[in-house]
Amino acid sequence: MAEAPLAHQFDDIVQQREAAGLGMWTFLATEVLFFGGLFTAYTVYRMSYPDAFREACHHLYMWLGAVNTAVLLTSSWTMALAVRAIATTDRRSGISSLLWTAALGTLFLLIKGVEYYLDLREQLVPGAGFRTAWSVDPSHAQMYFVLYFIMTGLHAVHMLVGVGAVLVMAFLVWRDSQVTRRANAVEMTGLYWHFVDIVWIFLFPLLYLVA
Amino acid sequence: MTTAGTLALPKPSYLAAGWSLRSWFLTLDHKRIAILYLASITAFFFVGGAAAVLMRLELATPESDLVTSGVYNRLFTIHGTIMVWFFLIPSIPAVLGNFLVPLMIGARDLAFPRLNLLSWYLFMLGGLLAVGAIIAGGVDTGWTFYTPYSTTYANSAVIPMAAGIFISGFSSILTGMNFIVTVHTMRAPGMTWFRLPLFIWSTYATSLIFVLATPVLAITLVLIGVERVWGVGIFDPSLGGDPVLFQHLFWFYSHPAVYIMVLPAMGVVSEIVPCFASNRIFGYRFIAFSSVAIAVLGFLVWGHHMFVAGLSLHASLVFALLSFLVAIPSAVKVFNWMVTLRNGTIRYRTPMLYALGFIGLFTIGGLTGLYLASLAVDLHVHDTYFVIAHFHYIMVGGAVMAYLGGIHFWWPKVTGRTYSEPWGIFSAILLFFGFNLTFFPQFVLGYLGMVRRVAEYPPEFQVLNVLSSAGASILGLAYLVPLVYLTRSLIRPPSVGSNPWNATGLEWGTPSPPTAHNFDEPPVVTGPPYEYENPQAVASQEAQNG
Repeated sequence: MAEAPLAHQFDDIVQQREAAGLGMWTFLATEVLFFGGLFTAYTVYRMSYPDAFREACHHLYMWLGAVNTAVLLTSSWTMALAVRAIATTDRRSGISSLLWTAALGTLFLLIKGVEYYLDLREQLVPGAGFRTAWSVDPSHAQMYFVLYFIMTGLHAVHMLVGVGAVLVMAFLVWRDSQVTRRANAVEMTGLYWHFVDIVWIFLFPLLYLVA
Repeated sequence: MTTAGTLALPKPSYLAAGWSLRSWFLTLDHKRIAILYLASITAFFFVGGAAAVLMRLELATPESDLVTSGVYNRLFTIHGTIMVWFFLIPSIPAVLGNFLVPLMIGARDLAFPRLNLLSWYLFMLGGLLAVGAIIAGGVDTGWTFYTPYSTTYANSAVIPMAAGIFISGFSSILTGMNFIVTVHTMRAPGMTWFRLPLFIWSTYATSLIFVLATPVLAITLVLIGVERVWGVGIFDPSLGGDPVLFQHLFWFYSHPAVYIMVLPAMGVVSEIVPCFASNRIFGYRFIAFSSVAIAVLGFLVWGHHMFVAGLSLHASLVFALLSFLVAIPSAVKVFNWMVTLRNGTIRYRTPMLYALGFIGLFTIGGLTGLYLASLAVDLHVHDTYFVIAHFHYIMVGGAVMAYLGGIHFWWPKVTGRTYSEPWGIFSAILLFFGFNLTFFPQFVLGYLGMVRRVAEYPPEFQVLNVLSSAGASILGLAYLVPLVYLTRSLIRPPSVGSNPWNATGLEWGTPSPPTAHNFDEPPVVTGPPYEYENPQAVASQEAQNG
């Protein structure tokens, strides 16, 4: 089985793979803390303003969020298929699984965009035009939407990076004469993809289902 | 093998491996990247230092006559932000760590050389944004960016400065990732965890903080930017926000950041002390584990910055108790160095003077930290010069002393040159005196009630302030002297042997300066570190044997 080219600093391929894996996990640990600050802020304000969060949550399109959850979970499945296929030198299904993953990720972003547009139309975007008809203090409801937009927005940025990385992987696998040379890189991309997926698994109940 | 006939030319050193600009700015060699960091943080140090000079000049008189209060606010913000994020945090890890981690563990390079280069570019981009913010009128929030002042009221370049710190934060994260992965996966055959030099242990512990604390600062700065640009009140109480939440998030990073500065310094001292005491380090495992303990405990004490911010009494008591606990692993290190010295034969060379200075000044800084961790005392001295003096004893007396000690210790390895030893000894002693004259009066000032961050003060504090300003000018001189003689040493060609100090450690087995790939053959480690032969012990052994 062909392996990725060995970088000059490594003694052998096992060491190179170990380093890549540990590097990715360390990076994901950083990411957990990056989102962790937001989850902390969310927790503090939800405990301070439970009624406002409940009311504000009713204004989200729960079914769009639910569809997106399904889309994202499916994309994680296709990503896992891609990793498996490329590790077993199945180039065709590897590439097609990667393309499916990128397509589902794009679909997620499109649905999210539509949702943002609907939010904007209903004056749910914080700022001067924020809707005033609330039974709670509007600034408390606004806090919910500030967090909603920052958390889902940051998640969307990660999705964008992920779709780009998956497309690059599909291209590299397509171009390379020996697909297994890319197996490790695809696996690392998969780790990142699953992480972004897991973040959404936390965001969905916290933002859409708290009511 | 029939390779006879090929001439065994010595390989060129990493410095001679290429002379083009490209060979420097696109280098993947960890040693060259260390040099890039060395040059850039030296420049930032003098930017931050210039601000301090102006502050000390202003404080020579009780009135605000040299600068207005508004300008003074900008000066201490420049000093704090530049010194913390663009000098102290990258100082030992990114310069000495980059240079030494692969050499000390017997690797050819770090695990991710390209990420290493990227981290320098991110650092420079962040640094240029910060300098841009200064040129665009400066920032007046203090390095702590407390809300809602930073988000609502400050009429200064908060966004570019926060963006610069955000970006340079990712350079810290990449450096930390690189070190963690390198130490785990790239150790030479036989280099077990308990044969690692203690500098590696402390750098590893520092990297954990880089990776786990920096992202929290990053997201906090994002929130500040969003609030400032978008006008929504994440931390603004008039819009339902909580300014204390900002303080929690900020100190969750910024307290561990103190250990980012001092842990690598402790690692440097753990290398210098056994070498110049000609003695095996005492309590190797205790020193190693105390680094990890400091890194872990460092995450649990941030609340002691917030005793007057309205924490509940119970929370405050817990934070105070946890803060006391940090003193234990710190003291473990100091006592182990003391015993190493006690049983050794000491050579008073330049690096050793810096290391000894570190031990004394760090101890004062650490013990005054216990005052500040005590609730009642903290209420009295909170936001006074007592705090300023305390953390400068840690950051300058500790981190900068050790950084300079490390630079002097590894200078022959890094450059292949020697510097003038008399000048080295002179400037180390000058630094010690200048430092104490600057900051010891500030303990007294703070205890008497002089608050920090003000350009004016009651006239009865003038004598102590003049002493402090006089000390600062000596301190400034003590930074310039090494800059001159170290730079001057570069004129002559490399002339140092591989191990001028008779030190142990794999880095001293390579030529000075090392070749591009560090080791021709992967080194094999067969014994513990710090195998120093103590001349006294040898003599007494021989006497016994008769």
